[in-house]
Amino acid sequence: MKIAARLHRSEFTLDVAVDVPAAGTVALFGRSGCGKTTLANIIAGLLQPESAVIEIGGVTLENTQTRTRVPVERRRIGYVFQDARLFPHFSVLGNLRYGERRAPAAQRAITFDHVVDLLGLTHLLQRRPRELSGGERQRVALGRALLSQPRLLLLDEPLASLDAARREEVLPYLEKLRDELSIPIIFVSHQFDEVLRLATHVVLMNDGRIVAQGAVEAMSLHPELRAIVGAEAVGSVVSGSIVAADPHTGLAAVQVGEGVLNVTLRDAHPGTQVRVQVLARDVILATYRPEGLSVRNILAGRITAIVPDDVDADLVSVDVGGSIVLSRVTRAALQSLSLQVGMQVWVLVKAVSIRGHAFLAPRGG
Amino acid sequence: MTAAELDAIRLSLSVALRSVLFGLPLAVLVAWILARRRAGGRILLDAFVHLPLVLPPVVVGYLLLLLFGTRGPIGGWLDRTFGVQLIFTSTGAALATAVMTFPLMVRAIRISLEGIDAGLEEAARTLGAGAWDRFCSITLPLMLPGILAGAVTAFAAGLGEFGAVITFVSNIPGETRTLPLALYTALQTPGGDALAARLATISFTLGIAGLIAAELIARRLRRMLGR
Repeated sequence: MKIAARLHRSEFTLDVAVDVPAAGTVALFGRSGCGKTTLANIIAGLLQPESAVIEIGGVTLENTQTRTRVPVERRRIGYVFQDARLFPHFSVLGNLRYGERRAPAAQRAITFDHVVDLLGLTHLLQRRPRELSGGERQRVALGRALLSQPRLLLLDEPLASLDAARREEVLPYLEKLRDELSIPIIFVSHQFDEVLRLATHVVLMNDGRIVAQGAVEAMSLHPELRAIVGAEAVGSVVSGSIVAADPHTGLAAVQVGEGVLNVTLRDAHPGTQVRVQVLARDVILATYRPEGLSVRNILAGRITAIVPDDVDADLVSVDVGGSIVLSRVTRAALQSLSLQVGMQVWVLVKAVSIRGHAFLAPRGG
Repeated sequence: MTAAELDAIRLSLSVALRSVLFGLPLAVLVAWILARRRAGGRILLDAFVHLPLVLPPVVVGYLLLLLFGTRGPIGGWLDRTFGVQLIFTSTGAALATAVMTFPLMVRAIRISLEGIDAGLEEAARTLGAGAWDRFCSITLPLMLPGILAGAVTAFAAGLGEFGAVITFVSNIPGETRTLPLALYTALQTPGGDALAARLATISFTLGIAGLIAAELIARRLRRMLGR
């Protein structure tokens, strides 16, 4: 997927060029006002930039140099808006059928029954949009977009207008879409936990530009991410597979590189791929192996970097069996332990402060 | 009621109805341009559409005479090609009424159109709907309450159009003598007071009924459309 665009407005300039994997889920991540939604609108064709190249799955949708521009209605991009935008004069059924009916017959790979089943819409079909909760609305909007048989699913902060409980209600459906359908997804977000749970690839945006991009695990260590999420929310993301799960304690052991992390994870099954974020503020460093602590994770590692975290502490990177774990420590602690790059340390993390997210269903896509 | 009174009522209803049928498609188009297009001449179009509200109706009637009279550019052409004459006919009365009530229709339709989230049309577009398809499947149904309200208001106002009608098509019993013209004639006739009072009452009743009907229909439609 190639996306490049330049757009000038009186108070804002967007200038981006990015080549992202054609398969998987890409997050456009950045603060509000950084141009994520503008970029989404350009991809969908709703905004016309001064110059642009948009190629998805080998099809050129826009190229200002060759004067190619596929109109919005023929781009086949399933756009889910932040505010759902369901048609108020149609029932849920009518909304779902709207895009399906207009999709070219040859492209109808996603069936109505499958979508209704996948998104749990059966009991909602006869309702009007105004009779739905916010979460239900977004699910219907997702279904409507899917049934238009899109080559790409484009989600503009689909969870931003929902409260925490409603978000938790919709997120599992998004995870299911990602794992069960083979449609590439681009989603816009300013919440890192959404990226953590959904994305395979992150594009970090700031002030109309792309400042970094890459796999979620690698980007979790990127200084630009810290600038966006703030020092408090920094943490490394690691993924691995469950090697042991104990249903009684709710603990799961995750093999990450050469190390094993104990995390809290409900319904864990050995073999499941999971991704966890270890927040830097939850990680304690020790110069010897402590005993008699309740901490479930005590891992040996080596310090690879120490950088100031822009606030009042330092961020220490520790290589633990091939994965990097970040620890946020005060300058005082740094000095009293004489922590230095290359030093052998013990990394302590409470299992309860690491939440695991199943990433790919064990039976695969 | 006398035959003349019934004639006047029948004529008024038919003239008002035809004026709405003439004006409605054009009013929808103009309202859509005013609400959705960012064309340069919008202010001018807006002013032109509202002209009948601020001009003396006699001026409108006079302009219609100039344009649609048998020697006018449009009227002459209609006469030569189709043998259609507008002056001194009820069709002409309907045209004059349509012009006078046009701003009312455009206004009501435009307000309802401005209340429709343009984002819905964008959503329809991303789902594969072309311009005409979007208009028919999303915009038009959602502006239906406005169209209906505009049509009924214009109809009710059209029943009473006087100045432009009498100037353009004169006051011919059975052909162009609508309710207000009959009322005016009665007032000019010695001993016509009782007739004038009856005609005034009829006008009043029709007007009120029209306005209430418009509101009731609009409410029901809004509920049907889920808004």
